[in-house]
Amino acid sequence: MLHDRPDPSPASTGGSRGLSRRTLLGAGAAVGGGLLLGIELIGGRSAEAKDPRPQGGATFNAFVRIARDGAITMIMPAVEMGQGTYTMMATLIAEELDVDLAQVTVEHAPPDQKDYGNPIFVAQITGGSTSTMGWYLPLRKAGATARAMLVGAAAAGWNVDPASLRTESGVVHHDASGRSAPYGRLADRAAAIPAPKEPILKDPKSFRLIGKPLKRIDTPDKVNGKVQYGIDVMLPGMKFGTLAACPVFGGKVRHVDDSQARAVPGVRQVVVLDDLVAVVGDHMWAAKQGLAALAIDWDYGPNAHAMQEDLYAAQAKAANGSGVTAQKVGDAPAHLKDGTVYEDEFELPYLAHAPMEPINGTAHFKGDSCEIWVGTQAPVMAQEGAARALGLKPEQVTINNHLIGGGFGRRLEVDGVVKVARIAQHVEGPVKIVWSREEDIQQELFRPIYHDRLRARVENGRITAWHHRVTGPSIMARWLPPAFQKGIDPDAVDGAIEQPYDFDHILIEYIRHETPQVPVAFWRGVGPNSNIFSAERFINHIAHQTGVDPVEFRRGMLKKSPRALAVLNLAAEKAGWGQPLAAPSGGGRAGRGIALLAGFGSFLACVAEVVVPDDGDVQIKRIVCAADVGKMINPNTLEAQVQGGTIFGMSAILHGEITIDHGRVLQSNFHDYRVLRIDEMPRIETYFVPSEEKPGGIGEPGTVVVQPAIANAVFDATGVQLKRMPINRALLAKGAKA
Amino acid sequence: MTILKINGQERTVDVPADMPLLWVLRDVIGLTGTKFGCGIAQCGACTVHLDGSPVRSCQLPVGVIGDRAITTIEAIGDTPAGAKIQKAWLDLEVVQCGYCQSGQIMSAAALLASNPSPDDADIDTAMAGNICRCGTYVRIREGIKHAARSA
Repeated sequence: MLHDRPDPSPASTGGSRGLSRRTLLGAGAAVGGGLLLGIELIGGRSAEAKDPRPQGGATFNAFVRIARDGAITMIMPAVEMGQGTYTMMATLIAEELDVDLAQVTVEHAPPDQKDYGNPIFVAQITGGSTSTMGWYLPLRKAGATARAMLVGAAAAGWNVDPASLRTESGVVHHDASGRSAPYGRLADRAAAIPAPKEPILKDPKSFRLIGKPLKRIDTPDKVNGKVQYGIDVMLPGMKFGTLAACPVFGGKVRHVDDSQARAVPGVRQVVVLDDLVAVVGDHMWAAKQGLAALAIDWDYGPNAHAMQEDLYAAQAKAANGSGVTAQKVGDAPAHLKDGTVYEDEFELPYLAHAPMEPINGTAHFKGDSCEIWVGTQAPVMAQEGAARALGLKPEQVTINNHLIGGGFGRRLEVDGVVKVARIAQHVEGPVKIVWSREEDIQQELFRPIYHDRLRARVENGRITAWHHRVTGPSIMARWLPPAFQKGIDPDAVDGAIEQPYDFDHILIEYIRHETPQVPVAFWRGVGPNSNIFSAERFINHIAHQTGVDPVEFRRGMLKKSPRALAVLNLAAEKAGWGQPLAAPSGGGRAGRGIALLAGFGSFLACVAEVVVPDDGDVQIKRIVCAADVGKMINPNTLEAQVQGGTIFGMSAILHGEITIDHGRVLQSNFHDYRVLRIDEMPRIETYFVPSEEKPGGIGEPGTVVVQPAIANAVFDATGVQLKRMPINRALLAKGAKA
Repeated sequence: MTILKINGQERTVDVPADMPLLWVLRDVIGLTGTKFGCGIAQCGACTVHLDGSPVRSCQLPVGVIGDRAITTIEAIGDTPAGAKIQKAWLDLEVVQCGYCQSGQIMSAAALLASNPSPDDADIDTAMAGNICRCGTYVRIREGIKHAARSA
């Protein structure tokens, strides 16, 4: 996702270095089931139960430990939030280490930027579909290094040439003499051998695990209730709390009357901070009842007048200004002065992430230290954020990470961790704070609104000049400031720049327009979500205007991108593109649309089939996706991510909209912030183009590419060009005025 | 004091009668497999069985349960339909983040117990109250059919 690779500032890396990793791992191991998973579940349900196992085993590097009894522990630098990354990462190490996944236990990495920072971000972050791209080589090297050391120890012990040894399923064999030694027996000696600087990696032809649909290591405990997410942490003496922050962003507490709340059975404490109020009690029910009984007088502050239409209008006005150039090829403005020129603009709404696990966290503040239990995509940021809020040093804050019940970018933000820490500062003993769903939705950091303006010139049936101006807030300038350079947010223009199409003249501009009334954050699909949507809608629009088939039109502009062309052709072929659609059995207008994505290191094309009944409702009937993700590590997980990613996109385009009214979020729960349900599901077909290219990302591409495909299908069915998302049914009803 | 029959065991709890079963299970008894998702019976994450029928525990006051048998995700594998669903979920790799899956499995197990060969419309009806944000619906549908076919 990032095009710049900034060096992290010393301030953002130094914090955890002073603390030994073993100390943190020890703290982590003590949390038990929530932190240790896989085949071997260690520890009890009580978070403060001691790990009964002797600590650790021999450490080969930041990712591999092997105990004398042969237990192999792998430390996971990225976090598991459903995308299958634990299985993927363990597969990479196990492949080169020559062990089977069944022999492996995995642990969450502690906050430690140096050892566990994703090479793409140079930070310990799980996001942007970068885990496979970032860790493919480092984790294979970690496995290969440990294997070389084990082989070296065996060779020295037997006084034979290391080249005469082979490894299989955690055992070193010397076939000539029939000797063998399991890794556990070699571990202590092997770990003392200097690590090879450049270990020899396997030839992909001899992969045993990579490329196979291996079973996920995190799922067995997810079907029987045993798995522990952050929200499931139980500590001795723990209290339970819930909170209300000012419903208008930036507002403050003026006064609280808590007399009735204190009368609620089970309520123990009311914590009033400058911008929020929390009620703490014996259980969540007491806390909820107590919160409802509070009379809070808010000072809504300067944002109390913010209205959604004004926010859109201000952004559209900002789009008239001049932008910073993000990509320039040839001279697009000169070539857009005359000839056949098309233009269009699109508006994208605020979106909530709405992960199924509401935001939550548990903290135990002890004066000069604080221990936190949470599921986070950004453990170092969580540690630093809590430390700042508490006036502690980062090393005084312990973060126990957990499996995540849905991230989608929401848990790249640490606002929740910070609020939990601030509340816990006023509570005796450990306290678990759980957001109500209403609080979760209304105190989100949302996918920003974006305004996209596009112009293009068509000559001889192809686009020769292309101008895309992106107007919107910069998430990166706040979230990872070193990545914001020269006025350009690399995420905001991602997908707009470096398109697969061979346009002769290209100008991509970015206008930073902040909406301080509404906090914004990364959302599954990040920058390409809006940019690819607008570009693929626009290209479709031009194809229609010029009377060329949308697939044919794209084909003519993909000569320099054979991988993009291949997925486009495969999706079109599998979908039966060009064959007439059957008339809908229940009436209504049928349509088919296509869209293409080159991004996240992968290529996807998607064909959508829809039916639009007379009332303007949109029924998605069929989704066909073709993908080239480079070398496939786990085909089963890849398919699941395409399915899930497209469904996430379908929720957005059919239902996704957060509306600001007098500075407040109008939506509050799943009845008015709707997401797709099983009875709205189309058939989804996924096809992969075999590839030996570098592995690309897959968590987000499906979400991105399905939305323009559906919008293009709606246009095909109705002839209505929708400019603002989500789909507005009123404009699609038969006879409606556009 | 309220006596509840949970997963075959009698549990005595000292809680208000209007307290939803969800919070009694999670915060008082410590059975955290049942999940909080929305609090208004819109998402199905908190689904448990009451005498074998699926109910949303976030909207069920403990005071009205009486002697009806409560079954949660922790014990659903002891029922034939529950075991089949759990196995199908693993066979087909249904699960992603997994947070909603306790509720999905409870709804699916109740469906299978009452209808040994559900069709797509039956599945839609039984499962439309359970939201999955990861989008595992394709495999949930396949998983129910797979479980129905299994012996």
